[in-house]
Order: sequence, then C-alpha cells, then structure tokens
Amino acid sequence: MARRHPLPAPGAGVWAAPDEATGRDLPRPTRDRVGRGRPAPPWLLAAGGVVAVVSLLPLVYLVVRTSGDLGAATRALWRPKTLQVVVNTVLLVAAVSGSAVALAVPLAWLTARTTLPGRRLWATAFTLPLVIPSFVAALAFVAALGPRGLAQQLLEPFGVSRLPSLYGFWGAWFVLTGATLPYAFLALRAAFLGLDPSQEEAARSLGLTATEAFRRVTLPHLRPAMAVGGLLSALYTLGDFGVVTLLRYDAFTRAIYTSYRASFDRTAAAGLSLVLVLLAVALLAVEAAVRGRVTLHRVGVGTRRAGTPVPLGRWQGPSLALCAAVAAASLVLPIAVLVYWCARSFTLRDASPHLLAATQTSVLLGGGAALAAAVGAVPVAVLSVRYRSVLTRVLERTTYLTYALPGIVIAVAYVAVTVRTPWYQTLAVLVLACATRYVAQAVGATRLSLLQVNPRLEEAARGLGCTLPRATWRVTVPLVRPGLLAGVLLVFLSTMKELPITLLLIPAGGRTLPTLVWTAAGDARYGEAALPALLLVAVTAVPTFLLARRQQAVIA
Amino acid sequence: MANGQGSARSPIGRPISRRAVALAAGAVAVAAAAGSRARRVAAQTEATPTAGRLTIYSGRNENLVGPFIEQFTTATGIAADVRYASTGELATTLLEEGDASPADVFFAQDAGALGLLQDAGRFSPLPDALLATVDPRFRSDAGLWTGTSARARVLVYNTDALAEDEVPDKVGTLLDPAWNGRVGWAPTNASFQAFVTAFRTLEGDDAARAWLEGMVANGVVPFDDNTTIVLAVGNGELDLGLVNHYYKYAVLREEGADFPIENHYLDPADPGALVNVAGAGIPGTAKHPAEALAFVEYLLSDDGQTYFATKTSEYPVVGTVASPAGLPPLAKVGSPEINLTDLADLQGTVAMLTDLGIL
Repeated sequence: MARRHPLPAPGAGVWAAPDEATGRDLPRPTRDRVGRGRPAPPWLLAAGGVVAVVSLLPLVYLVVRTSGDLGAATRALWRPKTLQVVVNTVLLVAAVSGSAVALAVPLAWLTARTTLPGRRLWATAFTLPLVIPSFVAALAFVAALGPRGLAQQLLEPFGVSRLPSLYGFWGAWFVLTGATLPYAFLALRAAFLGLDPSQEEAARSLGLTATEAFRRVTLPHLRPAMAVGGLLSALYTLGDFGVVTLLRYDAFTRAIYTSYRASFDRTAAAGLSLVLVLLAVALLAVEAAVRGRVTLHRVGVGTRRAGTPVPLGRWQGPSLALCAAVAAASLVLPIAVLVYWCARSFTLRDASPHLLAATQTSVLLGGGAALAAAVGAVPVAVLSVRYRSVLTRVLERTTYLTYALPGIVIAVAYVAVTVRTPWYQTLAVLVLACATRYVAQAVGATRLSLLQVNPRLEEAARGLGCTLPRATWRVTVPLVRPGLLAGVLLVFLSTMKELPITLLLIPAGGRTLPTLVWTAAGDARYGEAALPALLLVAVTAVPTFLLARRQQAVIA
Repeated sequence: MANGQGSARSPIGRPISRRAVALAAGAVAVAAAAGSRARRVAAQTEATPTAGRLTIYSGRNENLVGPFIEQFTTATGIAADVRYASTGELATTLLEEGDASPADVFFAQDAGALGLLQDAGRFSPLPDALLATVDPRFRSDAGLWTGTSARARVLVYNTDALAEDEVPDKVGTLLDPAWNGRVGWAPTNASFQAFVTAFRTLEGDDAARAWLEGMVANGVVPFDDNTTIVLAVGNGELDLGLVNHYYKYAVLREEGADFPIENHYLDPADPGALVNVAGAGIPGTAKHPAEALAFVEYLLSDDGQTYFATKTSEYPVVGTVASPAGLPPLAKVGSPEINLTDLADLQGTVAMLTDLGIL
C-alpha cells in the first residue's frame, strides 16, 4: 500500500526523491522491523522535545493571548471586514493554486514526456523563478506595468496616458501564480518522470484511446503530485505578505499587519492570526482528502523503464509558444525590468550606502537560521526514523505544522514573547524565529536520507568493534550528510527571502536586502529598490543552483 | 544488501556535497570577512570617536529624516540605531515593552501619539530652558514632549484634472457623490488619525463617525502612506488626496517640477485644516538619557530647524529660524482652534476606525 502522509514533508515533491511526490513506496528492504518499539534515549527525546516546544511557541502564544481577552478577540473577529478578508484570501488561494497546478500539468508533461525541443532547458527555466522572491516579482510587476512604470513610459508617445489598474485581485493572482508555479511544476515533473509507462501502454492495448488512457490511468497517478503542488502553492499564497501589500489586495496577512501597526491592542492581531492558522490547517486537510488513499505502484514483477517520448507533431509550435510565454512572464521579464531600472537610475547617490551591511546581515541571518535549523532537525529526524512511536511522530509533525504558519503570525508571536526579555530586538531572536519557521525543511530532507540508511550497516560497524559514537560518525553521518546539507541550504534560501518576520523583529538600525527593497518599493522608488533586489536574486541563486543540481542527480 | 545501500547513497548526490560544503563555507567566510572589513571602514569613516550611542524609534519615514540623523551623528559624534515604523506601531511597541524598552527617543509623526505616551506616564520631563525656545502652541503643556516641526493638513490635487477653485474647502464636501472614487486617504497614518481626533474634538464623535462612514460609502481609496497617495494623484489614479503639505515637495524632488500636483489649503475653521507637529519625547526608561537629550536639542537647534525648513519643507517651531521659501507662511495657514495636547485620545480614534472597518 502507498503510505499516506496527512501532512506532506516540506520540500517533499519539490526537492525530495520523486517517489515521495508520486506516493510510491521507496525500496526499503529492511523496513519490517526498523526502529519499531525501541525506546528512544532520554537525552534524544529531550532534545526533540525542546525543538517541538520552541516550534509550538507561536501557536501557544496566540491561543493564550486570544483566550486571555476573549471579548477583544471576538470584537476583532466579529466584523464584516473580517469576513471580507477571509473571502478575499480564500478566493486568492483557490485561484492561485488552481492556476499554478493547471499550468504545471502541461508544462511538466511537455518537459518530461514529449519530444519538445530544449526540454531540459525549459525545465530549468520553469524552476529558476524560485530565486526571485515573490515581493521582488511584485516590485518588477509594478515597475513594469504600474503607473509611471516601464510600459507607461513606452506607450506615452502613442497617447496612452493611463493603463488599466493592476492593483487588487488580478495583479496579486498573476504575480503569485508565477511565483508559486515552480513548486507545482517540480512536483508534477517528478511525478511524470517517475510514472511507469507500462500501465499506460497496457491501457492502450486494452482499447483505450490516448485521451482516455491519460484521463483514466495517468491522471490518477498525478493526483498526489497535484495535491502536493497545489498545497505548496496554496500555503505560500496564504502566508504571502509582500505581494498582497505591494499590490494592495486585502488578504489576511495584510489585515494582520494593519491591525498590528495601527491598533493599540495586539489581541486583535493575535485573534486574526489564529484564524489564519485555522485556514492553513484547513488547507492541509483539503490536501489530504484530494491526495486520496490509492495504491499506485506496480504489483507484478519486472523492472521499470523510461517511457518513449511522445512526438508533438503540429502541436510543437503552440507548445513552444506556451513555454516561452510562461518563461518570459515568470523569469525573463522580472529580471529584465529590474536590470532596466537599475541601469536607468544607477548612480552612486542611489546606491544605498547600506547595501554592503545589508548583504552581510542577510547572509549571516540565513546562515545562522540554517545552522540552528540543522541542530534542531537532527534529533527530530533521528527520532522519527529510528525510534518510531506515536510520540516521535507527533514531534515530527509539530515542526511541519509550524512550517504551515504564515510568517507574519510567527513574527507577531515572537515580538510578544520576547518583548520583556533581554533578548528582545537582538539578532538571536530573529535567527531563532526564522529557524523555527523553516526547521521543517531541514527535518524533511534529513529524514528522507536517513530513511535510506540501513541501520544494519551501523550494526555491522559495531559488530566489527566500533563504539556507537564512532559507528555513527564513520557510517551514518557521511550517508546522511547530503540530505542534511540540502535541508540547510533550503532553510538558508527561505530565510534570505523572508520579509514579514524580519520587518517586525530586526534590531533597531539593522537592515537586510529584503528590507532595503521593501522600504524603497513602498515609496515607489523603483530605481533604488532594483539594485538590492538584483543582489538578493544573485545571492539566493547559489543555494538554489546547488539544490537544483541535487534534484537533477536524484531524478537521473 | 551492500548494493542496495550503494545505490541509495549515490543518487543523493554524494559528489555535490563536497562542493556544497565548500561553497557554503566560502559564502560564510566572505560574509564574515566583508563584515569585519565593513566594521573597520565604518570605524574609520564615522568621524570622531563616537561620543556614545542611542536608539531612536522613528515614526517618520527614513527617506525624510535618515539624512538628518546622519547629520546629527556627524555633528555630535553620537551614533544612532534607528527603528523605523509607523508612529502608532511604535507607540504601541513602547507601551508593550514597558521598562524593557531599548528606546532612548521617540520621534513621532504627530502630537497625538506623543500625548498618548505622556498620558501613559512614559516620558520624562524636558528641560524648561529648551522648551522655552519652542512656540507654546507646539509643545506639551506639561513639558513632557516638544514639537520639532509643524505641518498643515491639505488636499493634494491633480492639476491636469482640476482647477484650484474646483477643489473643496471643507472635508464635508468630499461626501458629495461628485467625488465618488476620486479621493485617497491613509487610515494607518498617524497624521490622518490625528486629523480624525481633531474632528472628534471639534465636532463630536457622532459627526466624525458620520463623516467617516460617508467617505467609505463614497468610495474613498485607502493607501498605506501619504507618499503613495501623492504619487497616485499625480499619476491620475485619483484626483484628490488627504495628506500633509510637505509630501508634495518630496515627490516633486523625485518626479520633477512638472509632476501635476498642487496643495490646496482648506478653510481654517475646518478640521481638515489642522496644523499638527512632528515631535519628540524621551521615555523615562531611556538607557542613554544624555544622548537622547542631545538629539532633542539638535532637533531644535538652528541646524536642525533649518534642515526641516529646507530639506523636508516643514515649518520651524523655533522662532529664530525662517519658514521655508515658496510655502504660504504659517501665520496665513489657518488652523482650527485646538490644543495639540487634546489629540491624545488616539485610542478612541483607532477604536472608531476599527469599528467602521476602515482599519
């Protein structure tokens, strides 16, 4: 039977082995007895417990704060505006995840299963927008199509003095679809690549047409990947703060930020955050339901082989046009617009004097959070793989739940929890908050590689006279290291692009690349925002490149 | 079995791992090196050996006051860590932080937030000699905060779309269906909230509430800040915006003198014509009160007042410094009869705005 995850591991289906996305079982010959029933060492449990408690801190704070003043929380929630914001958010999440998946299916199919010219190049092009933080994409969008943007200037000589407004739902939908498309694309491409062509062939030989075979055989196989891709896109949209703010769409994160900024009672912000958490949990439930309980792998004997690429014929032209349009909108245009603004207004006066310090803070913040996340991820991953029990499973899932929380929620909680402590407004708290938010990425990646390490290797080493620490160090650590490293890179990448947590928790006088972009973009100073934005893209491109290499290695 | 392990191990990208380690280590090393170098450079360039350090909570935009704070550091040798956020957010933050607050100075965008913190007992008194230099209209009666520059509420309008005599003289006129969807405001902005507080004080809560409801019904467009409103007016997205007078000048400096915007000053008796101040107070919990006082003194010095008159086009609050050229003199810009200390009921205003779904 296919294993079923009520909560997908973060990064699963994106960076993880294709098996995770398609729901097929990994080949694990020793799965039978591994880890069952062995009691975990108390120190390991304690370490895992600390991670879980820290992970749960934001949620606990929200519940305590809200229940401490139920009256105020109820007043804050029981307003027509709250309902409006819920409706806005749900509409946006549904539209973005729906269109991301709808676009990802043909793109993934084209690059994985057809004779499309340059399909590997296209696959890279659809993955690369991951290096563009979504608020940077929104900035590029406004700088290109907004009032006094690039398009306006180009059209001015032709008497066009006003373009249709890009603010609101459609702008947010467009930018977020582009920003989250890579997640859905990677999940679906992995699914297509992992698909066993013999099943389709069997269906065809039994008399189904190509379309029927796709609908009745292929599509059900894609369902888990579509669910994971849609979920990642939906969670991203739900938690997104930068795009909806820049494009002035009243979604939940913006309402929380407004309430946090403008209201003297932060109970209201906590109450709103709790509703946002419920929406995130609801999304996880929807994903679990969509994914379904199906057995997808082959049961007979024989080995899998790669499918024959489908010739595109007269569809080649339109297919290339689709690929080119998507790559242009999500990758080429945003970068080109930023370069244009940068080149147009780049003078030493405009280059923020804080650029160097901000880059350094960003890298240190990302590195610190990645390191902290790795330290936290190891005990959780070891417990969940080697000492499987209800308790260790709960520990693992706790970190995933925190991953589903929008950044603004974590930020609001951390401000309140640390406000009267000596650590308040220190970089350490910011690092911890980012590590808490993203630790699940490291847990997921470490767990996956740990799953593939046969504990009997360790036992063999011990049988040959190694002590336990030595066996762990010589045998297990080298095998797990690539997975852990991938997780660390993911956390680094996510933290570098993080905006709302940084805005609320950065020490006075501190700046990161995202906050530089944000401050300038807020005042429509596009030229000044463009340089740190491009720098941010360049810095995040490094870990993304490493991860993409790993992904390709896994698929190959 | 050994084979199984071997194949599980290679696809995870064993070759990439070393390169990744090297790259990651390289990145951190570069950052660290850049950091130490940046600190050395900073230590060399920061003029005189620093005469101390203070933390400023600035509710004013970095674009407007960032250069001023650098000027302060150059002049006094005191380094400043600045936390920029909205005035209301920082006032709330100060209240939540209590005794643990790292803030040495609160530099606010309006008198309302300062009055609120005064009422909450968060400020320590400023020296009388310093206060005596400031126009009494523009400082706290109790001597707990001082205005640092004055500004008028205006209606900014698009000169391509409207002639000056078409622009309303009273905010009440904006309820006319003729203005449906053509007006912008910034409800999270402290100056806007101070105007609403003034409205409540002058004409009563019911009138203020009715006006706010009427504006929402008439399709007023909300923005996050004043600069964006002025840009939107100039771009033709809107015809009118409820803002402070000096944003026009800041935007013109960026966009060029032909950007089609102009300020319209309202009827002096109208709450919309409120003249408010940006100001500063020193929290009783300040860790560096001497440096904080030096900052407030510098704000009120001739250099400081000249900065606001020339760089941000605001009115000085100290008599010895001339009003900015090209602006109507403050004496001619009427304001409704109101004591700025009466604007302290910011919480009441925020509650009303929240209740109406504007916030």
